[in-house]
Amino acid sequence: MRTVAKLIDTTLCIGCKACEVACQEWNEQEYTLGTFDGTYQTQPQLTHNFWNLIKFNEREEKGQLSWLMAKYQCMHCADPGCLRACPAPGAIVQLSNGTVDFNQSNCIGCGYCITGCPFDVPRLSPETKKVYKCTLCSDRTAVGLEPACIKTCPTNCLTFGDRQDLLAKAEARAEDLKADGAADAGVYNPAGVGGTNVIYVLKEASRPEQYGLPKDPGIPWTVSLWKGPVKWLGSAVMLGGILGSFFHFIRFGPKPESHANEDSDAE
Amino acid sequence: MASLAATFGRGAMTNGWADVANADLVLVMGGNPAENHPVGFRFVMEAKRRRKAKLVVVDPRFTRTAAMADVYVQIRAGSDIAFLGGLIHYAIEKGRLQTDYVRLHTNAAFLVREGFGFDQGHFSGWDESKHAYDKSTWQYELDGQGHAKLDPTLEHPRSVFQLMKAHYTRYTAEQISQICGCSVEDFNRAADLITSAYTPDKTGTVLYALGWTHHSHAVQLIHTAAMVQMLMGNIGMPGGGVNAQRGHANIQGSTDMGSWMNLPGYLKLPRANHTSLDEYLKANTPKSLRPNSLNYWSNTPKFMVSLLKTYYGEKATRQNGFGYQWLPKLGETENQSWGYFFDRMHHGAVEGLISFGMNPVANGPNTAKMISGLSRLKWLVVAENFETETAAFWRAKTLAGEYYPGAAEPAGIATEVFLLPASCFAEKDGAFVNSSRWLQWKTAAIEPPGQARLDQEIIGRIFLKLRELYAAEGGAAPEPLLNMAWNYATPHAPSLAEVSREVNGRDLATGRQLNGLAELKDDGSTSAGCWIYTGSWTEAGNNMARRGQEDPTALGLFPNWSWSWPANRRILYNRASLDQAGKPWDATRAPLKWDGQRWSGDTPDYKADAAPADLGAFIMLPEGAGKFFAADLSEGPFPEHYEPWESPVENALHPKVSFSPTAKVFTGDIDRKGEPAQYPYIAITYRLTEHFHYWTKHTQSSAELQSNFFVELPEELARQKNISNGDLVTVSSARGSAKGQALVTKRMRGLTVQGKTVYQVGLPIHWGFLGKVTGPLINNLTPSVFDPNSGTPEYKGFLVNVEKAG
Repeated sequence: MRTVAKLIDTTLCIGCKACEVACQEWNEQEYTLGTFDGTYQTQPQLTHNFWNLIKFNEREEKGQLSWLMAKYQCMHCADPGCLRACPAPGAIVQLSNGTVDFNQSNCIGCGYCITGCPFDVPRLSPETKKVYKCTLCSDRTAVGLEPACIKTCPTNCLTFGDRQDLLAKAEARAEDLKADGAADAGVYNPAGVGGTNVIYVLKEASRPEQYGLPKDPGIPWTVSLWKGPVKWLGSAVMLGGILGSFFHFIRFGPKPESHANEDSDAE
Repeated sequence: MASLAATFGRGAMTNGWADVANADLVLVMGGNPAENHPVGFRFVMEAKRRRKAKLVVVDPRFTRTAAMADVYVQIRAGSDIAFLGGLIHYAIEKGRLQTDYVRLHTNAAFLVREGFGFDQGHFSGWDESKHAYDKSTWQYELDGQGHAKLDPTLEHPRSVFQLMKAHYTRYTAEQISQICGCSVEDFNRAADLITSAYTPDKTGTVLYALGWTHHSHAVQLIHTAAMVQMLMGNIGMPGGGVNAQRGHANIQGSTDMGSWMNLPGYLKLPRANHTSLDEYLKANTPKSLRPNSLNYWSNTPKFMVSLLKTYYGEKATRQNGFGYQWLPKLGETENQSWGYFFDRMHHGAVEGLISFGMNPVANGPNTAKMISGLSRLKWLVVAENFETETAAFWRAKTLAGEYYPGAAEPAGIATEVFLLPASCFAEKDGAFVNSSRWLQWKTAAIEPPGQARLDQEIIGRIFLKLRELYAAEGGAAPEPLLNMAWNYATPHAPSLAEVSREVNGRDLATGRQLNGLAELKDDGSTSAGCWIYTGSWTEAGNNMARRGQEDPTALGLFPNWSWSWPANRRILYNRASLDQAGKPWDATRAPLKWDGQRWSGDTPDYKADAAPADLGAFIMLPEGAGKFFAADLSEGPFPEHYEPWESPVENALHPKVSFSPTAKVFTGDIDRKGEPAQYPYIAITYRLTEHFHYWTKHTQSSAELQSNFFVELPEELARQKNISNGDLVTVSSARGSAKGQALVTKRMRGLTVQGKTVYQVGLPIHWGFLGKVTGPLINNLTPSVFDPNSGTPEYKGFLVNVEKAG
């Protein structure tokens, strides 16, 4: 099956947030009202119920002011750190079209995927104790529809399709921008994670941090190690932990009831 | 809309959204389309991507549109006329104008009477005692036939061109810098790029919105932009024009249909001194000012009689002036626009108000005055999707008492309020008329919920009940209702398809739907509810529902997509895209072609069978030419920079006449003016992409995107005031206050204006005391000051103070 991808041409993003609303509505998210941190950004970070965030960055250099806007979400890496880190079988899967999807019914809430992700994307829900992120609208793409964010974008900043086609399109656009005077224009498709299925066109490709993107993302060595040569060690440690818990229970009995009521009275 | 009508003949966007993709240069000023018209803004991005078009943004704030700009210039709110006047000066001085176009298609060659002049802020004819102009010197010099004299060389000292040149010699780059607060270099850089569109093979467009219309000199401001575009030869050209971006899906339709100060189709309102139809028509049917002027408004009798036949049907006869006497009349000089109407209400002179699709407590200036006015009504009917601040005005004291110390307690208000649940746009069929003047038919998506009714049913039921009461009990003037034609299949709820067919008009003898404007008659044999829409629903069917995607000109005109008024023209004034012989100025951008016999391409904005040299290009104007010199405007025939009503500086051009002499100011107790000593900062109100007016605070998805009212502050000002990002601050004006969190930004800076540092404060509008998220109504702060031509309030450029909230 062909690998699909999302192309984000940041030079065409106007920060209208239509993709944010489309994401929230399609995924029937619970809305969070009242967040304000002194910027135009909807919230400071992604959350378990907010998977698509436009980051706004004000920048002043050599007297020149710019306001950079870029959509941020799961990058659907070719070599996903989250998947490498995940100890729960079937909780994170990589579909044959390249989509990295979470299956919450298999998620044990350990949060290792959060450590494993170099883009700081997955988020643990305090209520369900499961981890959530962008699914690349796998329920839409499965029936031949484009993801909700793509469908709603009014400026053609977002496109969806075959990864190879989009890479070529991105390169061509970058060349176009260079010809128009943006010498540093380029494509963001970092090699440290084997390339991503979310590809960016950046006017200043040598400085992706300006758009809120990590410069050289890679899978943390701890995670590489954990699923690599020392996997048996990890298993032994985990077994040790389970045994430890067992003996702890035998020795001290069950965990006492929480003191939530007293805490709230104290406030 | 008043300005474009005076300059070009029609009050509408000259081109269309899709056409913006044909531009080489896009000037966005007085608007913020990336935020407020994001879907339309795609065409700006298309122009940038495909044509390498340059985007120039001039705005008091560095907006999301500015973030996309090639050149951005920050200016002081209320100084736009100075900036644009500077462009006129720059273009003439440097010879960057399309002279052949100017000579042929504008009134630059027209001669003006002796005695016209301008001195120290006043044009000739100012009468201080009457506080008004005698406009007799603002007229053309006429020959024996009543036609204006011309000097095609443009060299006569009393030619419009020379007078214009002289008027704007004061608008040097240095002076613009003093007034606007931008540097001379920034002005020159922008001016150079904007005037690069003067050559025939380059076209520039101007996009604007409420940032221009919300001033006490708004109409003159837009006129200045139109003048720049005429000098560049950009009117009638694909990728050109002066393009008003309307703020609601159907606001163009609403002004077309007469919700503004006009009858449908921009026919003038009848006045008491026009006691018969003949007198009305005599006063409102213009005479040609040139032998080659088609002067389309000379057809006014056909439009008006067809309208009266729509209103009164068989009761309208030649003998009774087609029922003209049943129309309500304004007094000879009476004005019933927003400011005047609410002022009368505030003084207890209005009995009742029916408010549909409008939330005056939220969107009227000086909220305390709006609430006071409604408190003095006997009754108020609000038909809405949900309870609005207007429906709940009587609870203002309870819900937001800190902002309305003078408001009455609910128990002290006698107004009887009826809140009728009305359907929303998705629950109705009918047409949206967008900024491009396209009438796009839509179908209802869902049934109205609960007890909500369609607007036409609410209106139908009120009408039928009132007529029943008038028939039974009589009254002061029962005729207008008793004689109204109301021949709908379901009288209490007419279908919008039926109403649309009626609006298109028909041949009354045969019942045949009219095909176009040429079929309208002034003898009572045709009807048309809005003459500019004739052709929208013909015998061929509902043209508004068409979705053809053919593009024969390859200019993005899509003539078979929906239907565009007038006569399905996509680019207004398109005759001006060709020279006198009918040769296009730019062969790659020719919406019209003349083959020696007939026109092809877009519907010609011209007489269908007239040769190129026969007539002037601006067929709606008596001049037949676009107007630099426009005597119909209130402040003067040429735009002049006047300061906002509240300003931190005196007018640098004429300090003794700092403010517009003819702007409308109310001066009651409640209409207080702030002085710079107490209120040193300039405030601007604006909309955010996250919200739609005062509606979407009722919607969770939009409320999530921006839950909180905030105050945008320049970093330097915040530092001086010891305010950090996110701190709670109070903004106050002489009228009221608003409290919210600070958003401290680099995107607004202190500007140096006449040697003084002035700061601007940004105030988004979208909150109120009802909704999923709430906050202060920003119009608590705004003044009751209005443009004299359009009646629009001055929401941009008034004075406030900002303090950290204790």
